[in-house]
Amino acid sequence: MKKEFDRRAFMRVSAMSIGAGALLQFSPLATTARGAAMSRLFRRQNGEGTGPFSIVQLSDTHVGFQGPPDPLGTKAFERAVDVVNALDPQPDLILFTGDLTHDSDDPAEHAKRFAAFRSISGRLRVKKRMHVPGEHDAALDGGVLFRENFGETHYSFDHRGVHFVALDNVSHGKPIVGAEQIAWLKQDLARFPKTAPIVVFTHRPLFDLKPEWEWFTADGDAVMNVLAPYESVSVLYGHIHRPHHTAIGKAQHHAARSLIFAFPDPSTPEKKPLPFDPDQPFKNLGIRTISGSSATRAFAASINDVELSIREVSGSEGVMQMLREGESL
Amino acid sequence: MKRTAIIISLVALVVAAQFGSAQEPARVVEISAKRFEFNPKQVTLKRGEKVTIRLVSTDRAHGLLIKPLGVDLDADNGKPGEITITPDAAGTFPAICDHYCGSGHGNMKMTIIVE
Repeated sequence: MKKEFDRRAFMRVSAMSIGAGALLQFSPLATTARGAAMSRLFRRQNGEGTGPFSIVQLSDTHVGFQGPPDPLGTKAFERAVDVVNALDPQPDLILFTGDLTHDSDDPAEHAKRFAAFRSISGRLRVKKRMHVPGEHDAALDGGVLFRENFGETHYSFDHRGVHFVALDNVSHGKPIVGAEQIAWLKQDLARFPKTAPIVVFTHRPLFDLKPEWEWFTADGDAVMNVLAPYESVSVLYGHIHRPHHTAIGKAQHHAARSLIFAFPDPSTPEKKPLPFDPDQPFKNLGIRTISGSSATRAFAASINDVELSIREVSGSEGVMQMLREGESL
Repeated sequence: MKRTAIIISLVALVVAAQFGSAQEPARVVEISAKRFEFNPKQVTLKRGEKVTIRLVSTDRAHGLLIKPLGVDLDADNGKPGEITITPDAAGTFPAICDHYCGSGHGNMKMTIIVE
C-alpha cells in the first residue's frame, strides 16, 4: 500500500513544531513523469514551475493584548522574528493565520495596534508575507482596518507548484465563511486538476474541534465539500493557541501555536489560558516551519512546529503528508 | 359495521391528539444578551416540552449557540431572534455567544439543562 502511495507521490509535506510558529518544507519530486507534468501545468498557468521551498506560519500574535496570561506583551512575537530571521536558508514566504492584533473598542487604538504589528513583522527578512484576519482583527469592524493594512481578507496565489488559498472565517462576526466566499473558492479551484497540491490558510478550524469553545466554523463542512475532490489538501489555522493535527478525508488540518499565551487541551473542562511561567516565559508558544527535502520522487514537504522556548527545538509532530501528482493534466 | 366505526373513531382520536399537540402553545423562554453576559445564566427545560427560545439583545449583535439542541440564534438591538424546539434528550448543555462582541466575548456563556 505504501509503495503505491509513494509511486504516485508528487509532493511530500511534513510538519514539526519549533515553538515560534511553524515551518513547512516543500520539495518537488519532479523526477517522475507525473511530477514533471504538474510542474509544467503551474509553469503554464503562472510562469512558475515547481521547486523546493519552505514557508513559516506565525499565528495569534495579539499585538495590544495586556493581561496576566502574558505580561510580556509582544516579546514572544519579537523573539519569533529573531528565530525566523536566523533560519538558513530563509523561507520563501510567511503566512500569518489571524489575530495579528487584539481588538479595541476605540478604532484609533486598534489602528495603532495594526501599526505596531507591522512595525514588528517589518523586521522579518522575508518580504513575502501573507495574512488572514482573526476575529480580534476583523469581527468588530467587518475587516475595515485589516483591508486598509493588508488588502482583501480572502484571496489565492500560486507558489512554486503549490496553490495557496486564504480564507476569511471571522469578518462576518459569526464563525462562518459565507456563501459568497464558498462560491468564489469553487471558481478559484476549477482551473486545477484534482491532484494539484493545495494549502488553505485560515484562522478558525474548518471542522468541529470544540464548538462550545467556539473552535469551529459553522459552514466548514461546506468549505471542505468544495475541497473534497482534491487529493492533496493541507489546512493551516490558528485560533486555538496550541498545536493540533487531524486528518479528515484526504485533508490534513494543522493548528499552530500562538505567540501570546496558550490554551489548554480541549479535553479539559474549562477554556482558561495556561498560566504564565516566569521561568519559562515562552513555554507553549511557537512558530511553524514548512520546508522540503531534495527531490527523489515528486514534491515533498515537512512541517516543523517549533516551540519558542529556551531550548528552541521541542520535537516533531511526525506529521507527513503525501501530495500526489495528477492522473491526467 | 361496528368494527368500521371503532376504527374510524380511533383514527379520529389519533388525528385529534396530533392536531391538539401541534396547536399547543410553546412555553417562551426569553434570554437577554448584552456585552458580555446572558441573563439568566441558567435555564431548565423539560424533555419533550415544546419551548420557544427568544434571544433579546440590549446593546449590539450577539449570538446564542447550543449546537446539541440545534439552536443557532442571532439578535441585534431591537431585533430579537427566536426558535422553537422540543428537546428529546436530557443533559447539561453549554450555550455561548457566537457573534464576536469584544474582548470579553470568550466569557459570554450560559447553561441549558434539560431534565
